[in-house]
Parts: sequence; structure tokens; C-alpha cells
Amino acid sequence: MKKVPVQFTLNGEDKAEFVESGATLLKALREKIGDTSVKAGCQQGTCGSCAVIVDGELRLSCLTLAERCDGAAIETTGGLAHGEVLHPLQRAFNEGFATQCGFCTPGMIMAAKALLDGNPQPSREDVVEAISGNICRCTGYEPIIQAILAAARANSLSAA
Amino acid sequence: MGLGLKTFPTLAAAGEALAASATARYLGGGTLVVRSANEGDVRFDTYVTASEQALTDITVADGRATIGAGVTMARIVREPALGFLAPVAKAVGGAAIRNMATVGGNLFAPVPYGDFAVALLALDANLDIDGQPVAASTFLAGRDTTHARALVRSVSFALPVDGTFKFAKASRIRPKGVSVVTIAAVVEERAGTISSARIAYGCMADRPIRAPAVEMALVGKARTAEGIAAALAVATEGTTPPTDAIASAWYRSEVLPVHLKRLLLSA
Repeated sequence: MKKVPVQFTLNGEDKAEFVESGATLLKALREKIGDTSVKAGCQQGTCGSCAVIVDGELRLSCLTLAERCDGAAIETTGGLAHGEVLHPLQRAFNEGFATQCGFCTPGMIMAAKALLDGNPQPSREDVVEAISGNICRCTGYEPIIQAILAAARANSLSAA
Repeated sequence: MGLGLKTFPTLAAAGEALAASATARYLGGGTLVVRSANEGDVRFDTYVTASEQALTDITVADGRATIGAGVTMARIVREPALGFLAPVAKAVGGAAIRNMATVGGNLFAPVPYGDFAVALLALDANLDIDGQPVAASTFLAGRDTTHARALVRSVSFALPVDGTFKFAKASRIRPKGVSVVTIAAVVEERAGTISSARIAYGCMADRPIRAPAVEMALVGKARTAEGIAAALAVATEGTTPPTDAIASAWYRSEVLPVHLKRLLLSA
């Protein structure tokens, strides 16, 4: 299969790779770039575990072709922490026991980040809606909802 | 196996490429065709897509809306002039899916998907296919045959009078899930009686369908429990609901009149 060049920024860093034409962004990120924070779940667009942010919009990397992301700015959970300092969402998930097996966590956190980037003070309904495309089989969702609301509160306190 | 991607500047050029290769598929937002590829569908080896600007245009003027086939559900939600369609677009998937799934793709979505197409059917929308207007009902009837490889440029419809468009989607998961049954309706009233009704169902056949028996039974009646009783009695006429992991055909037939009643009587 033909290889095509793709350039984008991943968590603020320039990346350039040759990927197979028609390869998904999920495959490119995990197998070419080595960002395994993006999880390969159902690959049907149902579970949300592969969710990333492309040019500010939440997308499913399993259903997005890498070639269509040429020139884009991509954000993944792998780029959220600054060294040892966790992102407020990561900290809230950790402290609120919002992650158990952990497989859904990167997608949940990116869905939450996309929400908070556009709506820093969401209601509980907003949060439920924002993660409605992400499946968790461990937590029962409540700790995740609470963690996202806690991260929003922490953001507002630090901004005050 | 990898698949090739060919991007063309116009839909017409993409159409020519599609016509030239039986193993090419048109790629819109990717939620259907990339999913098929991921599931191992080897009937196609090439994605064909177009970057034409008109595919992502929304025009609302003179009481009519025209929506490019490449417009996403998220764009519909954000478009103030299409506020009545926001609940429909919001019913399609989670946030990530809505950022990807397109109006055009929804027309091809197999049951139990395709909620937006149900609304387009109730709105009596026309599709622009090769520059020709094709009624949504005609397109959907021939979706697997004459229109199986059609390229839809846009959909257009007359804006419904305020308050006449109604939409409901029943699913088993809150806040949203795959449809048990989806209903869209445009019900106009004059002097206390229903003057016209267009009712469309999703998940009551292998594709969105109109409910002509219900529509006929509603016209001339009051929009009250007594007035719609005859329509509810024929609610399942002409339906062939599927049995799938979400619901059995029997269950869908049982709950349809319940949801139809609630929808018709809603403010």
C-alpha cells in the first residue's frame, strides 16, 4: 500500500511520518508515533476509548483517517501532564477513584477536556452529555462525573 | 490491509472516480465507511472523497433551508436558524460522533441508526443528486438499489411553521443510546383540527419510512387523546420492525403507539 507523508502537531510538538494511505489516526498515533495513551477499543465508534482532540474538536481516532489530519493540531492524554505535574482532570480522576481498569480513562479525559475547554463551568447535565459517547464498564460513571465537576471547580479556583 | 484515499476538489470528480471503480466507497465523516473497513469489509479498497466547499454550506433563506451533505451534526446543533433540528442532531451519538457524522452519511445509515434521516423524511426533504431533486422518500426506497452509489450534494426543505415539528427517540440508555424507535412529525393545525400531517418512523423497517395510514387518520381530527385514537390504532400499519440487540420486533410494535401518542400530544 502506498505510503503518504503526514505532518501535524501532537500535544504541541511537530510530528512528521509516512503512514499507509487509508490508515486511521489511531493506528498512526499508536504504531507510528508511539503515543499509546490513545486506546484501541471497539474500533466501531461506540466506546470512545480512542477519543482525541483534533483542532479543538473531540474526534474518534479509530474512525478518522490520518491523512485527513495533515496540518492539524492533535491533543491526547499523553500530553496533558507537565512532567510530574498532572493535569487537573488527571488529578481529579486519580483522587476521585474515577479510574479502575483504566482503559476508558484516556477517552473520558479527552471528552472532559473538550467540554471544559469550551465550557469551564459545566452543569452535571453538561458533563453527562459530554461523556455520553464514552463507555466505562467499571465505575458506574458517577465517580467520573464527580471528577470532571471537581476539575472544573479546581480550574475556577485557580483562575480566581 | 490498508485502503487508499483519493480526495477530489469537486463532488462531480469524486463521482466519476466512484463510477469507475466498483471497489471504491465515498467517505464522508467516516463513521460508517471507516467502521466497515475496521470490521473487515473487504468489498472496497479505496476511499473517495471531495473537498468541495458547497458540501459544508448551510443556507436558510425565503423559508427554505439547504444543508450541504458534508455538514456535521455538531454544525446543525450550533446553527441558530435550524434550532428545531438541534434535538435531532443531538440524538445522534456522543460529542465525538456528532463532530464527524454528516447529514449525507445519515441518509445511508443502516437501521438502527439514521435518526436525522427520519427527520428529513418528515420534513419532506429533497436531495440534490447529480443536480436533480430527488425526494427523500424516493431516495430511501431505492437506497440499496438505484441510489446505492448516489452522491448527495445537499438536502433542502421548507422550514416548518413554528411548533409544528416534533421529534422523539426512544432508547434504552440514558442520556442516549441506539434507537428502539424514532419518530419525527410535522403536524399543522387550523381552527382546532389537524390540517396536514407527515409522520416518519425510524427502526420500524429496514430504513426510515412514512406512516401514511396514521397521516390520513389524523387529518381533520383534533389533536386530543380522542382525536388521535384512530391514528394510534393504525400506528403499526405498513411497518416491518427489525429484531436486534436493542429490541425485538414485537417490542418495537408494542411501544410505537405509546411514543407516538406522547409525541402527538406534546406541546
